[in-house]
Amino acid sequence: MAEQKIWRELGLTDREYEMIVEQIGREPNEIEINMYSVMWSEHCSYKHSLSSLELFPTTGKRVIQGPGENAGVVDIGDGWAAVFKIESHNHPSAVEPYQGAATGIGGILRDIFTMGAQPVAFLNSLRFGNLDSARGRYLFDGVVAGIGGYGNCVGIPTVGGEIYFEPCYGGNPLVNAMCVGVMPSERLVLGKACGVGNLVVLVGARTGRDGIHGVTFASEELSEESEEKRPAVQVGDPFMGKLLMDATLEVIEKKLVSGVQDLGGAGLTCALTETASRAGTGIEIELERVPLREEGMHPFEILTSESQERMLLIIEPENLEAVEQVFQRWELQLAVLGKVTADGRIVARHQGKIVAEVPAASVAGGAPVYNPESVEPDYYRLLADFDPLNLTAPENYDEILLELLSAPDVASKEWVWRRYDYMVRTSTLQGPGGDAAVIRLRETGKALAMCTDGNGRHTYLDPYRGGMMAVAEATRNLSCTGAEPIGITDCLNFGNPEKPEIYWQFRRVVEGMAAACYALDVPVVGGNVSFYNEVEGEAIYPTPVVGAVGLLEDPNKHCGMGLRRKEDLLLLLGPQEISLGGSQYLKTCCGQVAGSLADLDLEVEKNLQALLRSLINEGIISSAHDLSDGGLAVALAESCLSGDLGAEVNLPHGANPLLDLFGEGPSRVLVSLDRNKMERFDQLANRAKVDFYEIGVVKGSALIISHGGDIIMKLKLSVLKKAYGEVFSCIME
Amino acid sequence: MRFGVIVFPGSNCDLDAYYLVRDVLRQPVEYIYYNEASIGHCDVIILPGGFTYGDYLRSGAIARFSPVMKAVADFADRGGAVLGICNGFQVLTEAGLLPGALYRNDHLQFRCEQVFVRVENNSLPFTRSASLGKVLEMPVAHGDGNYYAPPEMLYVMEKNNQIVFRYTDREGNVTSAANPNGSIDNIAGVCNRKGNVVGIMPHPERAGEKILGSKHGLIIFKSIINYLQSREVV
Repeated sequence: MAEQKIWRELGLTDREYEMIVEQIGREPNEIEINMYSVMWSEHCSYKHSLSSLELFPTTGKRVIQGPGENAGVVDIGDGWAAVFKIESHNHPSAVEPYQGAATGIGGILRDIFTMGAQPVAFLNSLRFGNLDSARGRYLFDGVVAGIGGYGNCVGIPTVGGEIYFEPCYGGNPLVNAMCVGVMPSERLVLGKACGVGNLVVLVGARTGRDGIHGVTFASEELSEESEEKRPAVQVGDPFMGKLLMDATLEVIEKKLVSGVQDLGGAGLTCALTETASRAGTGIEIELERVPLREEGMHPFEILTSESQERMLLIIEPENLEAVEQVFQRWELQLAVLGKVTADGRIVARHQGKIVAEVPAASVAGGAPVYNPESVEPDYYRLLADFDPLNLTAPENYDEILLELLSAPDVASKEWVWRRYDYMVRTSTLQGPGGDAAVIRLRETGKALAMCTDGNGRHTYLDPYRGGMMAVAEATRNLSCTGAEPIGITDCLNFGNPEKPEIYWQFRRVVEGMAAACYALDVPVVGGNVSFYNEVEGEAIYPTPVVGAVGLLEDPNKHCGMGLRRKEDLLLLLGPQEISLGGSQYLKTCCGQVAGSLADLDLEVEKNLQALLRSLINEGIISSAHDLSDGGLAVALAESCLSGDLGAEVNLPHGANPLLDLFGEGPSRVLVSLDRNKMERFDQLANRAKVDFYEIGVVKGSALIISHGGDIIMKLKLSVLKKAYGEVFSCIME
Repeated sequence: MRFGVIVFPGSNCDLDAYYLVRDVLRQPVEYIYYNEASIGHCDVIILPGGFTYGDYLRSGAIARFSPVMKAVADFADRGGAVLGICNGFQVLTEAGLLPGALYRNDHLQFRCEQVFVRVENNSLPFTRSASLGKVLEMPVAHGDGNYYAPPEMLYVMEKNNQIVFRYTDREGNVTSAANPNGSIDNIAGVCNRKGNVVGIMPHPERAGEKILGSKHGLIIFKSIINYLQSREVV
């Protein structure tokens, strides 16, 4: 009998199959099983994550639309809203890096304009294995080319991102893409099939056999057979994507549509069932009206194809002609598939016969919610006990800094981002390479800051604290530009949640992130969970990525990380608690990923971020740079290189220069300022209860660091620049 | 005077040119769509950057067949001022309104960065306000910017003073390090024989405001405004 249980092949358990039978009151046919299989996949149903995601704060005074729609919507004043979301495209990129990444960009783009918002920026967060293998370089180069290939063509700037290289991502790279859009708040359109009798219309590309069961593929571990899943990867057409974006935004602006939904994962099945279930309606369609790319497609293929660049529109019949005119101007195809009904059922006909009839709410929302078993993994306490200070202290600090600056994790990513058009739309005030990007808004005279952050090494060593730190670092990076964080979107990349140790990581990370969100008063308005990031049973580091968006009232006042004036004072803001545990130094120079992370005090973090914003708003500081991977020494080098100015620094304290230079800890920021502004700085910092230390002065054309009267590091900017700037061209070309 | 910005399917710097003319230069400007038969009463036509028809087949190769290109060619023929930026430059070479061709960058990658170009001919409507040899800072953002013309064509172009911009370093020296794409003789912009049609690979419309990093691109637009105003006075 086993060969007849096709639901197993399609990723459904026997128990899940029984639930389907209970929910529809009969055995589903093969087409219906396919529809359930894609919609009850982990990717679409969030069945292993939903119970944890409820921990996030998702409301707030600015939140217009929280999770559950295509993207989150946040009020940015003046009657305008920011719309943003981050999403993973990991598994497709593991087998076909260019198309996997390109369609990730196309998909997140559609999520934004589906809501009625004009996309204004892309960001991303990428993880690869080491670049010493040809496969590693192929994946890295292909993903970067795919991101640029799609983003450059559609004319939305790619303004920020982050990239890390760890062996655990070798077979399972992470490609997380984020898009930010803006719109007048009243223009918001939801993915709802409202209004019985309204037309259900498909626009854009023809439907082919690509990407069938892509979501099921995304919901299982990778293995040697994954190469065979290449047909599950979709192929992108950015030209079509651009036309579809412009035409869709035009019909939304003209108020010609009552609901819009993009076709992404699970294709037509997802769009039909989600729009109907959100509105409490049903939909009837004729499958032969779907424009096809090839002959002989089976109904289940039409219903589950993930062909790209397609949108579902819900239109009142009298608006059809006006909608057609808009799409015809760009020579785009439009097909009326059917209409909205009242009975809550999705009915698909093919050649006059009903081939599928399922309750929309059951397919889109009837999947089980699991509370998986959670067990603390053995490695956790073992690695936390490691004391890096027992390692032999090195002699030559110059060499350590140069080694860190030329580590791919730390080194300048200009080789990557110069392949992205980061300034099209002429609104990029601060592009890639800084703490956060800044985009001006012509319509309101304000600006948005945005960034992505996540450190898998930290969350591996301490999921709870690492989760908190991801939120803290992302919002701190926004505050370093002067922006007030207004919301985040998260992409949670983990291994197989059915393994108790993996679920423990997931749960602890979400708890940590939620604690930070509450303390820093920043809501989660959307996101994505990507499980099963494992190859042959080996999981990636637990890797939450936070995409954060902030509001800058005055675009002229945004702050960067580069030193600006000779004789400016250099100050270090924040607490002194730092650790070499989990640090970049430990990884790059000692080959160890171990130790415990420095503590994060969320009250201190909150005060620090508020102080940064008032310092920038009052024009007190010339630069601000978050201390991150590589600690104070790397931050100093980056601020020097970015401003093309040297610095003379006296280490502020302590017996251990290694710890002071390369130790890492949250809530710390390097700022520079005119000494005449010191008095006001002092007032504001004291009022905010933020500790600070004067550590040096902007001077000359070298980075010179002294400790106890002795110079322990002296490096010319030209030497730093060579180490920091030429890594990727050396490895890749 | 009126500016027209042509919008092809896949143009994506159309709004950058539009906003520069409207908000920075404060001149009247309108979009003209690819399927229109006329360019109306415009005095300057801008073919913007982007990826017309996805750059499928070859950059600019399909856009040149758009109905509006007949009107642009007629306008150029009558001496009308036409500026092609980036993909617009590629469309103009494909349409035969400018000599030469733009190949894939020699390093095969898309490249977005600040470059410097030197004004090689300041007697044109689009360059008359610049001094000869002036070095302008503006960005490039393209994958197919590698200018090529065969030697005999280049010889004629040189003789006719049709090389308008060259990539240089900050000091104005023509070096291979300053060449972002492998263009022959560091050529960044050229004009037609009459000098009324200019194509430039870098983006002057992205270098029009201090807040964006450079205002050097403005001189090209100010030149044409100055030129048209002087004609109106006559």
